[in-house]
Amino acid sequence: MAIIIARNLTKKFKELTAVDNISLEIEEGECFGLLGPNGAGKTSIIRMITAVSPVTHGDIWVMGKDLKRYPREVKAILGVIPQMDNLDEDLTVIQNLLTFARYFAIHKDVAYRRSLEILHLMKLEGKRDSRIEELSGGMKRRLLIGRGLINAPKIIILDEPSIGLDPQARHMVWQKLRELKAQGVTQLLCTQNMEEAARICDRVAIIHQGRIVDIDTPQGLVAKYMGSQIWEIDLVSVERDSIISELESRRLEFEEFSGIIHVFSTDNKLIEGLPGTARAATLEDVFFKLTGRSLVE
Amino acid sequence: MRPFSWRFLRIWQRNRDVFFRLWHSEGVGAIIEPILILLAFGMGMGAFINLEGGQRYIEFIAPGIIAAYAMFAASFECTYACYFRMEQQYTYDAILATPLNVEDVTAGEIFWGATRSFMTGCIILAIAAAFQLVPSPWALLIPLVVALSGVMFSSIALFYTSLAPSIYTFNFFFTLFITPMFLLSGVFFPLTGFPKIVQTLSWIAPLTPVAKLTRGLFQGEFHPEMLLSLGIIIFWSVVFFCITLVTMRRRLTK
Ligand SMILES: Nc1ncnc2c1ncn2[C@@H]1O[C@H](COP(=O)(O)OP(=O)(O)OP(=O)(O)O)[C@@H](O)[C@H]1O
Ligand SMILES: [Mg+2]
Repeated sequence: MAIIIARNLTKKFKELTAVDNISLEIEEGECFGLLGPNGAGKTSIIRMITAVSPVTHGDIWVMGKDLKRYPREVKAILGVIPQMDNLDEDLTVIQNLLTFARYFAIHKDVAYRRSLEILHLMKLEGKRDSRIEELSGGMKRRLLIGRGLINAPKIIILDEPSIGLDPQARHMVWQKLRELKAQGVTQLLCTQNMEEAARICDRVAIIHQGRIVDIDTPQGLVAKYMGSQIWEIDLVSVERDSIISELESRRLEFEEFSGIIHVFSTDNKLIEGLPGTARAATLEDVFFKLTGRSLVE
Repeated sequence: MRPFSWRFLRIWQRNRDVFFRLWHSEGVGAIIEPILILLAFGMGMGAFINLEGGQRYIEFIAPGIIAAYAMFAASFECTYACYFRMEQQYTYDAILATPLNVEDVTAGEIFWGATRSFMTGCIILAIAAAFQLVPSPWALLIPLVVALSGVMFSSIALFYTSLAPSIYTFNFFFTLFITPMFLLSGVFFPLTGFPKIVQTLSWIAPLTPVAKLTRGLFQGEFHPEMLLSLGIIIFWSVVFFCITLVTMRRRLTK
């Protein structure tokens, strides 16, 4: 059975509908990604699932428990890494972990042992007794991720985990997420980093304006919407109007943006003779196709 | 209204840890002022004041100062400090993603505020005792009264905080509510000089019953007004505690 079930979830802020009647099922042990542009409603979905924001309509079950009736029990098994840094600035690094452990009613000795493990894991041993304001942005982020692991959660929920991390730290975090998955920890992750989604998510949901546009594996989405490759024609080196009429006469599906034409076709014969180069289609292409290229306000 | 659970203790512990980490900056400053006021007014002004029954002025104001600074301790804690945790540091956002709920946070903050009242009351009382200003052993009950009134003042302050749109609005809370009480609740002078109507109205100010109780215990003199005072303190405590559970939930769930 699915470990997280959301049925007909809606979240309204006064007039604004941030999440519009979505349903999701997340299987135990999978890494599920929510992908969508700014303001799509990802954080709102996550805040409802983590019981910090009341749902306007709809139901959520986590491990078979109705979230409305058992918020404490559900929160006890979740590890939440929020989008916005909310470390306790009045406490030191290790105190942050120990105090958080206390909120989960974890025994002192266990909490201490785990805190040291987490500091080691997140390469923060040297900052053990530092104040939070003495940490760099990336270190804070690492501590925030570590803090989310303090209760050895069965499900971890990450809202943009790799924001502000350098490539080394990002790979370290991905590595850790893979390890946790191998241990059977379910992950719900929201991200705008396509590489992250493609690398670590088993399935992703593309969210747009509070709705789910599609759910599939990253490869599945690419195959479905993009085919295997994209033919790119740079308009700097060719004459725009003639190339466009050529594409139209060949009845090819294409899209033009920022001086580049993308031709979507799996049929090599149709592309033959066109200027440009082929490249593999990515999740990012799917993202643009499904959510549009213009900035959402 | 939803109930709070024993988990409120986690918030209390968190605040205690922070307090003892920073006590030299927070705690010491908070205690110097009442001592200065006690000595300056008590000894300086006291030399020019004749009270009925030949009581020394410093003995008269000592229990009032205990009551007033217990009020200040709880009020600062549950206004500026709580607001800062709520809106600047997002401490509560982080906590609400753990098994604690809004009611636990609210109760934890109120009981911590009351603890600050208790600590302040005890320290001033101890200093007054060291100066041999405490005439009656009944004064040993004052910390209990001060802790209870701490619950009342913390609840009132946190209630205000739960509605405060910005940190600047606390100026109103202090200049229009706390300071007038400090001056007009019988801390520095008995209210007997005021018209009857003012005396009656002063019972509305929550500091009045606290000052009456601490003063009675300090002197070891009991009168029926003290029971009424206790009743009023309990009444306001329960009322504001319950309302604040509701308004804090509104404030913190979006
Ligand atoms: N507390 C709030 N009050 C009012 N509106 C809100 C609130 N939180 C979010 N919204 C609105 O809900 C919509 C969805 O926001 P949400 O934070 O869920 O988006 P998101 O997908 O997480 O975006 P981002 O990628 O920028 O983090 C936005 O239009 C936002 O303005
Ligand atoms: Mg977000």
